[in-house]
Amino acid sequence: MRKFKVVGKSVPKVDALALAQGKPLFTDDIELRGMLHAKILWSPHAHARIKNIDTSKAEALPGVHAVLCYKNVPRVIHTTAGQGWPEPSPYDIVMFDNKVRYVGDRVAAVAAETEEIAERALELIKVEYEPLPAVFDPERAMDKGAPVIHDEPDCKYIIPVFYDPKHNHCAHIDLEVGDFEQGIKEADFVVECKFKTHHEQHCSLEPHTCICYFDPAGRLIIRTSNQVPFHVRRIVAQCLQVPERMIRVIKPRIGGGFGGKQEVLIEEVCAMLAMLTKRPVRLAYTREEEFVSARVRHPMVMWAKTGVKKDGTITAIQLKVLSNAGAYGAHAMTVMNNTCAKALPLFRCKNIKWVADAVYTNLLPGGAYRGYGVTQAAFPMGVMMDEMAEAIGMDPVDFWKLNTIKEGETSPIFKALSETGRGVEMIVESCSLPECIDKGAEVFGWREKRERYKKQSKGPIKHGIGMCCLVQGGTVPLIDMASAYAKMNDDGSFNLLIGATDLGTGADTVLSQIFAETLDIPVEDVIVYPSDTDLTPFDKGAYASGTTYLSGMAVLRTAEKIREQILGVAADILGEPKEGLRIENKGVVSGKSGKRVEFSQIIKRALYGKDQFQIGATASEFSRLPPQSFAAHFAEVAVDTETGQVKVLSYVAAVDCGTAVNPKLAEGQAEGAILNGISYALTEEFIFDDRGRVLNPSFTDYKIFSAPDIPKITTILVPSYEPTGPYGAKTVGEVNINGPLPAISNAIYNAVGIRLYETPFTPERVLNALKEKRKSKIKQR
Amino acid sequence: MKKEIEFTINGERRKLIVKPNELLLNVIREDLGLTGTKYGCGTGECGACTVLVDGEPVVSCLTLAVAADKKTITTIEGIGTSENPYPLQLAFVETGAVQCGFCTPGMILSAKALLDKNPNPTENEIKQAIAGNLCRCTGYVKIIEAIKLAAERMRGRKR
Repeated sequence: MRKFKVVGKSVPKVDALALAQGKPLFTDDIELRGMLHAKILWSPHAHARIKNIDTSKAEALPGVHAVLCYKNVPRVIHTTAGQGWPEPSPYDIVMFDNKVRYVGDRVAAVAAETEEIAERALELIKVEYEPLPAVFDPERAMDKGAPVIHDEPDCKYIIPVFYDPKHNHCAHIDLEVGDFEQGIKEADFVVECKFKTHHEQHCSLEPHTCICYFDPAGRLIIRTSNQVPFHVRRIVAQCLQVPERMIRVIKPRIGGGFGGKQEVLIEEVCAMLAMLTKRPVRLAYTREEEFVSARVRHPMVMWAKTGVKKDGTITAIQLKVLSNAGAYGAHAMTVMNNTCAKALPLFRCKNIKWVADAVYTNLLPGGAYRGYGVTQAAFPMGVMMDEMAEAIGMDPVDFWKLNTIKEGETSPIFKALSETGRGVEMIVESCSLPECIDKGAEVFGWREKRERYKKQSKGPIKHGIGMCCLVQGGTVPLIDMASAYAKMNDDGSFNLLIGATDLGTGADTVLSQIFAETLDIPVEDVIVYPSDTDLTPFDKGAYASGTTYLSGMAVLRTAEKIREQILGVAADILGEPKEGLRIENKGVVSGKSGKRVEFSQIIKRALYGKDQFQIGATASEFSRLPPQSFAAHFAEVAVDTETGQVKVLSYVAAVDCGTAVNPKLAEGQAEGAILNGISYALTEEFIFDDRGRVLNPSFTDYKIFSAPDIPKITTILVPSYEPTGPYGAKTVGEVNINGPLPAISNAIYNAVGIRLYETPFTPERVLNALKEKRKSKIKQR
Repeated sequence: MKKEIEFTINGERRKLIVKPNELLLNVIREDLGLTGTKYGCGTGECGACTVLVDGEPVVSCLTLAVAADKKTITTIEGIGTSENPYPLQLAFVETGAVQCGFCTPGMILSAKALLDKNPNPTENEIKQAIAGNLCRCTGYVKIIEAIKLAAERMRGRKR
């Protein structure tokens, strides 16, 4: 493995100190003169037609400057999904419609002098609703006679894919590689189960926040906490029907995203209000609004069927997926596709069948959420693996090792499907998963604990362990693009301008490290400036585990171009051919003569001396072969058989993200994802009433883990070297959120012998399953 | 009916005229322009708005400004300086405890309140001290590490 100077070192996150000092870095930390405050009126109905809106009283309220609703805003059908163009999500939403499709759907918006006035104005808006029957159960959504949620004539995909909104059918794809039925015939054991996963909110600590204003040239500036600034520019231009050149999107520091901000959720309304009022406008969600009107992880119903031979060979895998898209189809098809495209390549199996549907319901719209469909599929697949291992009497560790993809191997899934459709044929160039399994099992004490927990104590608390393996492909092949621009300054420092969007992950730091490594300079000499659509070149944004890998490659290529320019000037100064020169510690050294010239001399020559020019370059990279990141997860739980309470005692994750450019930041990504996953598995749950209202829109009632709740989490980075990535790096953002559901479910089974196929694993669900188990035992007698 | 209040914030005495129902968070962010204190939920559940009032961590989104009358307030801007950051701030940076950084100011202030009283806390005491500060990025692992590191260093300095 190569030795690096800056890559592989845990240099401090470049923005960390300013953040720890509370400097004004976030969207909401500025105050503009004359700024108005916007508020949105939400639908109280799950499904209703708006017969009329009377906004006259609201408009007449002193301090109110604008009221928007379907009557005065042009109807532009689009998608809120922050994806590349043409978006693989249906155009099924307009800024304001005369129909509402879930409780929390947008009805009207007000801009006023203060938030208080705006709120009062909302109360003065009179809306006449005609309530319509609603459908909440995805398994009922396509029934005959089910209410049609998207009956508007203009909803459509702009790419050629299946779409049948008249039956609430938002997406469908199926595929088969090999021969699934034949595979089942060859199996000694066949396992078949139905699984359900639940809604989840991102819970970024910073709510969605946007401030819009005009610069002196009359261009609209959108300052927003968003993961996809370039898509924001494109989609807002579309909604406002203005040219993109009139819009500049600036992304300050973001207070967490996790996919929730891969969406144009508020920017177009804020921009429209600014256009109408000619004043700066601020629009920020409250926490309650985050819960009732933002996006969620798509809940899914999944049917899995697998066949296995006594020797451990998996002969067949079938996964049927029904995804609950909610009221709008943003990300519905792509998240659904990932339950196959990015989840199933993990398994060495020739015969795979996958059938997937996404349906509209009158609940919160799904969206992007860290893991993006792989989280959902990892649950059934992880549990099925445990069941198959048990069926043939093999230890799960050995069974996983036997049946997971290895370096140099391929999966027919790669070619068959990608997130957006057609896949690419490729082999896994780097994979340390077998080592991850070994190291993880050793650190966790798998074999020893497996033995120990065969005998359970007499008391109500039972212990168990479970494991799973994970994969997450980075980037969307042939679609995603990233770019960078850099220039050299008088003192030999560099401005690095990147389209990549650091949403708290440390991307700015990691990309600076890649740049610094390539030019052999310290990170302090890199002045990084990210995500400003006027100043930085295009980047798809922060999603699909793509930043370190793809934006990293763009930065690497940029630095390489600059290196050539530097060597050219140095050659001129030294009077030696460029080929004999190399960059070393902020200077250029001749291998032949041993002469050295400093970067500061080189740039002075370039800027002021002879044949002057700006040393600088731009470069891009698009995704050709998406790298696969892997992990092996191990969970130890205590189950209280009296209360049903499940407690995770320890959790070990061994992670293959290629070269960890910044190990501490990579560990941080893993730890955060794991705890989010554990919290999702055990406590986070939306409660809806029979009219589709969220009953628990607060952190008190929607419980995410706080510090006292955490188990001992151990992250082990097990490097591999990805030849297509920057200095061997792959990605680490998402893969680790996929483990807790299957690992904990398997551990619960190991502890008390109940299989939980439905999430979250609440005390109630555990107790019910224990009761069922007792009943079935009585029946057997 | 507005009320006049007076408090010391980050070592500076301030007189303000506030509405009787005005929240301390809004006064700090908007009237005083100290934006290191964050709005995360508005209902006292996330701790992003944590400030110290007479050394005790309080959620400023649930505290009326008038209740801070005659008190001493410390916000994140009041500990350490740009040149000389507070040990907790440095420890958060070094351990990788800062990801998005939105919870960080509140988290650091809760930790400061702990360490001011208990310079040698156990891991459990640390967890309890930051129980009211939610973080969605880090899984708390490196935050706890940072507080331990800062405690060690601060004890060393006192010795």
